[in-house]
Amino acid sequence: MSFWATLGLQVVAVLAVMLGLALVTIYAELKISAHMQSRIGPYYAGGRWGWAQPLADGLKFLQKEDLVPRLADSTVYRLAPYVVIVAALAVWVVIPFGPSLVVRDLDLGAFYVLAVSSLSTLGVLMAGWASANKYSLIGGLRAAAQLIAYELPLLLAVLAVVVQAGTMSLSEIVAVQAEPWFVVAGVPISAPFIVKGQIIGFTIFMIAAIAELSRIPFDMPIAESELTMGYLTEYSGIRFTMFFLGEYASMVAMSAIAATLYLGGYALPGVPAATLNVVGPFVLLGKVALLVFLMIWFRWTWPRLREDQLQAMAWRWLIPLGLLNIVLAGIFKVVL
Amino acid sequence: MAYDKSIRPPFAGLWKGMWATLKALFRRPPTVFYPEEKEIPVPRARGVISLDTEACTVCMLCARECPDWCIYIEGHKEEVPPSKPGGRPRTRAKLDRFDIDFALCMYCGICVEVCPFDALFWSPEYEYSEYSIADLLHPVERLTEWLDTVPEPPALESS
Repeated sequence: MSFWATLGLQVVAVLAVMLGLALVTIYAELKISAHMQSRIGPYYAGGRWGWAQPLADGLKFLQKEDLVPRLADSTVYRLAPYVVIVAALAVWVVIPFGPSLVVRDLDLGAFYVLAVSSLSTLGVLMAGWASANKYSLIGGLRAAAQLIAYELPLLLAVLAVVVQAGTMSLSEIVAVQAEPWFVVAGVPISAPFIVKGQIIGFTIFMIAAIAELSRIPFDMPIAESELTMGYLTEYSGIRFTMFFLGEYASMVAMSAIAATLYLGGYALPGVPAATLNVVGPFVLLGKVALLVFLMIWFRWTWPRLREDQLQAMAWRWLIPLGLLNIVLAGIFKVVL
Repeated sequence: MAYDKSIRPPFAGLWKGMWATLKALFRRPPTVFYPEEKEIPVPRARGVISLDTEACTVCMLCARECPDWCIYIEGHKEEVPPSKPGGRPRTRAKLDRFDIDFALCMYCGICVEVCPFDALFWSPEYEYSEYSIADLLHPVERLTEWLDTVPEPPALESS
């Protein structure tokens, strides 16, 4: 098979799997939110438990007219959803699903992941700017302010992991977590970084990741009660669907990054290393599902922060805490 | 020193909320799957108003007290021949029309309260929606039909 045919197949496979995961996440959100509010949620679509509800919603959106406001900057307006969805999908290039199940094991994996995942905010800013709508513009600018504030704690949290692991390649970060930590009665015990002193880092990472995804409690960019739908106000039809899918795909992607960096990725203590190429993807997906559930749980419990509270939280608490975390990680690295 | 409940650990509210949503997640939702599964209303629910034509004297109190003016009554007087020979003929009111427009009714129950002869009753039935709004005007025949669904009045209190 030629290079291009292989590449095409890989791209199609990644698209199918990731958009499928996004649909599953949407379904999980619908159902979990419903039960948290003592409702049933989708029930009839698809015959049982409403499993086809996300598909039905998607089909409905596809039938809607693709509107472009007259005053909109139409090129940028049309391009914005693609930027968001590409950012969500490109992260998966470096996520290891098993010892040899990784598309490209970049040496700068952690850096690449942070760089690419923040691209989605660029798409949001493009959408907000190009819509020629005051709500969209305020939403887009809020998203930009949020990105600047929360990219730093995210980076500092990842930096502590990089210091502890001594590498930026995600595969090697997982390998370090799979290595035996200490030996009890001849049995080597390995532990992920969250156990090896990165609990503060994990907390900072999760808070910043939820803010980057602009989910409640950090959903100021689309705050419905103030901004109608923020940067999404003018979008309809397939472009809205792409934003929607992109949002959930980045949620899964962020969870995968967190699982890889802090929860040991595809490795699980007790699972023999030889089987990891088969079991690994499922272990990773299980950890991702756990984190996604956590995000959904936060969303349906906590109220939205005010804009100034959001900024204060990043600059006054998370960044100093992140710096402290790096110092601690450095001290532990040198002393131990 | 007494424990001061206003002093709470940091973020206590956040975790309390998390616990509340987690509990709700595993609780069975109270949803009733309506068309397949019927909700059983409480016995004295205000579902629909039924009419006992025998008891009605066409006094018009209900129509006059109705805040929405949704009760339409027409009647005439007719002469009843004396029951015993040599007696006096009596007049009594005869009901020609008694309609309640449930599209206008606000289910306040004032008509049931004011009726001096206990001709109006609450029935807990609720399945009488219509495709056309005009069909919500229940004529006397339908109002009488509801009479079968009226629950027994609560027992009198023993003194």
